Amino acid sequence: MSKDKDRILNILLVSPSILAVFIFVYAFIGWSVRVSLSKWKGLTADYTWNGINNYLDLFRDQRFQVDIRNTLIFTGVFVIGSIVLGFILAVMLDQGLKGEGFFRSLFLFPMAISFIVTGVVWRWLMNPATGARTSGLNLLFSYLGLDFLENAWHTTPTWGMAAIALAAIWQMSGYTMALYLAGLRAIPVELREAAQIDGANELQVYRYIMLPLLSPVTLSALIILGHISLKVFDLIIAIAGKQYALDVPAIYMWQVTFDGLFYGKGAAIGILLLISVAVLIIPYIRFTLRTETEQ
Amino acid sequence: MNKKLFALLSLLAIASFVIAACGAPAATEAPAAAGDQVEVFSWWTGGGEAAGLDAMIAVFNGANPDIEFVNSAVAGGAGTNARAVLATRLQSGEPPDSWQGHAGQELIGTYVAGGQIQPLNDLYEAEGWLEVMPETLIPLISSDGNIYSVPVNIHRANVLWYNPALLEANGVEVPTNMDEWFAAMDTLEAAGVQPLALGEQWTKMHLLETVLLSTLGADAYNGLWDGTTDWGSAEVTTALENYVKVLGYANEDSASLSWQDASKLVANGDAAFNVMGDWADGYFSGDTAGNNLGLTPGEGYGWAPVPGTAGVFQFLSDSFVLAVGAPHPDAATAWLKVAGSKEGQEAFNPVKGSICARTDCDTSLFGAYLQTAMEDWSKDTVVGSLTHGVVANDSWKTEIDTALGAFIADSNIETFQSALVAACTSSGPCK
Repeated sequence: MSKDKDRILNILLVSPSILAVFIFVYAFIGWSVRVSLSKWKGLTADYTWNGINNYLDLFRDQRFQVDIRNTLIFTGVFVIGSIVLGFILAVMLDQGLKGEGFFRSLFLFPMAISFIVTGVVWRWLMNPATGARTSGLNLLFSYLGLDFLENAWHTTPTWGMAAIALAAIWQMSGYTMALYLAGLRAIPVELREAAQIDGANELQVYRYIMLPLLSPVTLSALIILGHISLKVFDLIIAIAGKQYALDVPAIYMWQVTFDGLFYGKGAAIGILLLISVAVLIIPYIRFTLRTETEQ
Repeated sequence: MNKKLFALLSLLAIASFVIAACGAPAATEAPAAAGDQVEVFSWWTGGGEAAGLDAMIAVFNGANPDIEFVNSAVAGGAGTNARAVLATRLQSGEPPDSWQGHAGQELIGTYVAGGQIQPLNDLYEAEGWLEVMPETLIPLISSDGNIYSVPVNIHRANVLWYNPALLEANGVEVPTNMDEWFAAMDTLEAAGVQPLALGEQWTKMHLLETVLLSTLGADAYNGLWDGTTDWGSAEVTTALENYVKVLGYANEDSASLSWQDASKLVANGDAAFNVMGDWADGYFSGDTAGNNLGLTPGEGYGWAPVPGTAGVFQFLSDSFVLAVGAPHPDAATAWLKVAGSKEGQEAFNPVKGSICARTDCDTSLFGAYLQTAMEDWSKDTVVGSLTHGVVANDSWKTEIDTALGAFIADSNIETFQSALVAACTSSGPCK
């Protein structure tokens, strides 16, 4: 009886949030899908059926192709950069460094800052001006005699997105460091010792023992960084504003919907973003659920 | 068990209705005082804009002591955030009584087309505004013979700002047409001076519209927006060629500069010319405590119409409208009367750094540049600005912006022109 009571109480407690999630997440996803299949353009709602034309238009749209290319460059540089840098930092901290706590907070700190703030700071750091107006990193490089490193940063046409990804790496690599550090600490010391007794050097220990055992951590990092990267909006707005060359789907969606009032097209971009994130997240959720049930 | 659960869930649902019902009377209490307040929506939340609005509100309160003014300003540059909020409110059927928008197609092609604002012809006649506003302005704020907004101020878009010392040092006269401008910029470039300062993408659209105006002339430029000038014509090609040429004189880091940064290059002598709207005057001459440059007009900086556009005033204007279904129509009309009045505009504009839409304001209230602008406004041919919402509706402008972005990346005139033709067909008057 008391078990039944508990059950009722449980259901009662979660039902408001289930209801809210159902309405504010799933119902609105459904509504957005409907809008994305409509001809709605302008202030007044217009649900005239348009089939998948909004989607087809997007894939023919030169700007959307630029967006996809930009997102791929950003994601590649950002995800790989954060994982590699985070791993290196974690391994370094794992060596039993003095004042580890201090360095841990130091590296983790950027994560506490919003992307907007990061963007404002990096906008200045990556100032591409030359001559007397040189500032930020370019000025630092010239002081250090590293003139060959001076460059136009995010104003370079092809690799501009990679420069913006640097700011994102700065912000998120502390987070991957924390993930890897936790992972490293979870590996029993016996394993390392056994490998060392077998004659493995430090490099081999990491290559054959630690890295394979850390693969779930790498997967988590990939998923979390990957979906942040697909949705990136604020960082780019803060560094570059709304510019074609550094456009990404989220910015295009905002501009096309709220500046241009093409609600149908904006909803289509939104749905495509949702699908791209879902493709990444759903296998991960299934994987996590499976491992949890196994445990 | 299931019955119990069902009962509990129903109870929960009922409880939520009760809570909702309790909330409702509180929400309806405010409109109970109908007629006693007016809600005005704008994006004037900072600097001279907010101060100007306050000055106009003071005039309103003086004339209408029994009406409460509700200032619903939403922060965000050029209204990007405010317009999203406004669109949401209009779609949920809760319009503010009156809101700010750029006079012209931004209002007509968007809100009038969406059936959201009321014509104001009676107000114009009753207040005699048709006599005090320039004749060429009225068609730009009208649709099908109805006038839809009350402009409170005027800004000029086609202004060329220059550094007088730099021009003098290099023996360059202020150019009056495109060829002279190119020659001047060649001379400056040869002397190692950056000829033109340019900023981020919207300032490039701003430059484009002035080059279009200069190359095509006022009539053909106006024709672009009503469908009588062909976007695919050879004249437009020439204009785009001129535009590419002008871009060639600009600083390479333009994408990372705001309009203030670009203006500052001219003020500091790092560049000779800059094309920007006349809000730049406030930045050049305003006092340094407010982060302005504190220069003396005519000495620290100079101005002229963009080469080839003398006698034409490319304008933009902030104006107020009356919402369809405004909760307090009488109070809203009282507000619009103040916005269109000599007293209201004289209070607002010297603070905001713009000139009156009316031609009868007292010139002595304004600074050196604004006095010349007032003189031009009362006699020049008036055409509208693209970047600032006068000639094209929001959808069309966004499409032009996208095409321009691609053009800046690849400099392909042919693709750009065909994208402009396509944009005119899909969102503009070309069929």
